[in-house]
Amino acid sequence: MKILLVDDSSTMRRIQKNTLEKIGHTDVTEAEDGVDAIKKLAAGGFELVLMDWNMPNMTGIEALKKIKADPATKDIPVIMVTSESEKTRIMEAIQSGAANYVVKPFQPETLAEKISSIKK
Amino acid sequence: MPSPVKVEHINPFLSATIETFKSMLRTQITPGKIILIKGAKLSYDISGIIGLSGGARGTVTLSFPRITALKAVSEFIGEKVVTMDDTVKDAIGELTNIVAGSAKKDLAQYKINISLPSVITGENHKVLGGKEVIPLVVPFSSPLGDFNLIVSFISET
Repeated sequence: MKILLVDDSSTMRRIQKNTLEKIGHTDVTEAEDGVDAIKKLAAGGFELVLMDWNMPNMTGIEALKKIKADPATKDIPVIMVTSESEKTRIMEAIQSGAANYVVKPFQPETLAEKISSIKK
Repeated sequence: MPSPVKVEHINPFLSATIETFKSMLRTQITPGKIILIKGAKLSYDISGIIGLSGGARGTVTLSFPRITALKAVSEFIGEKVVTMDDTVKDAIGELTNIVAGSAKKDLAQYKINISLPSVITGENHKVLGGKEVIPLVVPFSSPLGDFNLIVSFISET
């Protein structure tokens, strides 16, 4: 599975990449904000996006809406992985097309479970 | 005359800090007695700061001595870190971001927006209070060493 991992924190990208590797996902491309994500998605072939919310240049929710508005990318599942924990934020993301939502802080097992549920 | 942050406003940040260390660093931390920053003799080597805006404004800061920061970041990323490099700065900023974001759910009535994290480094730097409110400090002890949560919070409503 080709995965795009979007987070402005190199630490969070490293933690999530390690989790992905542990569950067998090694084809991971990193992006550091929404603009970078949209640019990298244009190359095609991605099957899953893990998206942070608060990022410079273009936030995760803005990027999610762009992904879902583009016929070329609208079918790619997007899991939001963010410290934004309020119900209104979660609802906004789900209504904007997010396939799932992981709230930081999370345990690696939680992220792995959400990814597995997407694969099924 | 500035007044201290209300305890009801600091508790969500205190709980979020405990949960963040438990979930992401697999570390149990213990809060000490909450103190006013005015009376505290505090100095740090690295601080992560998040600004709050919206229905409340202020800042949330996690401040660490160097050794504690290195141990905490090593647990956070799962790799041993021995120098105060960009990895440590990014990780301390992200830890602060997670604490602030997590606390928001218990302060939903204020419709708070959080800024991107800023990180300050410098041996024995000090975190000072503002003119309108006296920040409260929660000293934490942990197997990784001691550190402090500092919250400045003013309700706009």
